[in-house]
Amino acid sequence: MPETILEARNLTKVYGQNTIFKNINLKVKEGEAIVIIGPSGTGKSTLLRCMNLLTRADGGQILLDGEDITAKGYNEDKVRQHIGMVFQNFLLFNHLTALDNVMIGLTKVKKMPREQAIKKAMEELRRVGLLDRADHYPGQLSGGQQQRVAIARALAMDPRVMLFDEPTSALDPELIGEVLGVMEKLARDRMTMLVVTHEMGFAREVADRIVFMEKGSIVEEGSPDDLFYHPKNDRTREFLWKITELYGKKEKDKGGAA
Amino acid sequence: MSDFPTFFLRFLPDLLHGAGITILITAEGLVAGFILGLLTALARTYGDKFWRGLAVGYIEIFRGTPLLVQLFLIYYGLPGLGITLSRELSAFLALGLNSGAYQAEYLRGSLLAIGEGQMMAGRAIGLSRWKTVWHVILPQALRLAIPAWSNEPVSLLKSTAVVFLIAVPELMARAKSIAAKTYDPIASYLAVAIIYLAMVYLLDLVLRWMENNTRIPGFDMEGKKA
Repeated sequence: MPETILEARNLTKVYGQNTIFKNINLKVKEGEAIVIIGPSGTGKSTLLRCMNLLTRADGGQILLDGEDITAKGYNEDKVRQHIGMVFQNFLLFNHLTALDNVMIGLTKVKKMPREQAIKKAMEELRRVGLLDRADHYPGQLSGGQQQRVAIARALAMDPRVMLFDEPTSALDPELIGEVLGVMEKLARDRMTMLVVTHEMGFAREVADRIVFMEKGSIVEEGSPDDLFYHPKNDRTREFLWKITELYGKKEKDKGGAA
Repeated sequence: MSDFPTFFLRFLPDLLHGAGITILITAEGLVAGFILGLLTALARTYGDKFWRGLAVGYIEIFRGTPLLVQLFLIYYGLPGLGITLSRELSAFLALGLNSGAYQAEYLRGSLLAIGEGQMMAGRAIGLSRWKTVWHVILPQALRLAIPAWSNEPVSLLKSTAVVFLIAVPELMARAKSIAAKTYDPIASYLAVAIIYLAMVYLLDLVLRWMENNTRIPGFDMEGKKA
């Protein structure tokens, strides 16, 4: 039985009068790739941001390796080193080259010696296939390349788990594949991942478990086969039907399952 | 007017001496104003309620009153409270405090332009809030600020002319005394205008060089890629 790395217990987030989500319980086990799907505005992204404390939850707990990181006085900067995050709009540091983007966490957070940091950063860039773009600035890279650098930046910290917040939603269709390719490789290497995405092909092929979220709660979760072919809940079926209708054509263009 | 070139050359050494002092007090005011302005902008953007209030108060007071009034309050007013400062120190304080308020606003604008995203990305890899400001936000914000901020050195250089009113022997003070000595105010002030113009021109060259040499490849204010 693989151990639980990241866990949400009765997690609740409220903005003013609006409840974003309520009593979310979610366990991410070592080496597991979990994909969260669901309509826009159901709190998926906010849930991810709560998981690495970028946003404070209003109720419940988050446990990283069994430790309550939402406890008062817990060093949140320390926590975030262990939880990598990839954003929808990349958010690379614009004034730094690809290499420096990947290195900055190593030198400024981990206090790694420069030589060693360069070596490690180059290794991560190689992992995402961008070794030859090391000296390029974000403004000189395509969206897909920027997102791969962002993945390398997060990986460089050797996180326990990686969070992906709609990593391909801001990309032109022809650039989505390269980013999904990198993520797929990570999943194959048994990186622990929690992914919010609308890419159903990716969810079906890569996810160990799919979580369907709607209106601030988890409606259904299970293996891709269970969810896609035998959904128990009407809402799940309806959502999947709608989204395959939308995305189905695109996947066919790419030649079968993406 | 035909003998203006002779007049100009005759008093040039004296005027250049004054210009040297003008440049010195401009530089001092600019540096002091920059440090003060940067701290104020950071306090106003990232500080808690107390620091934000302090920053806003400072900016409002020094942008809302004439430089001359500030200068006189410091030079003639403070002695009433038992604090007597030299002319030079009074000029330095007034110019630095005044410039700081303006520079704070230029810098704040570019801090805001960098946006929450960069902060979030910095925090996400484990950088603390202030480390993110230092390593991620400031390097971008300072570059972004240069075009708008470039008004400040030029404006400050010209503002220094008011300190002749407390008899600091800078460029304007020299012109005044030359005008009194020669009974030729037109030639005196024209000569001074030419020297101010030349200084501003040179300053613009430096500022443009700065702007070009700090550019980030593929990144600028308009084309800020996601």
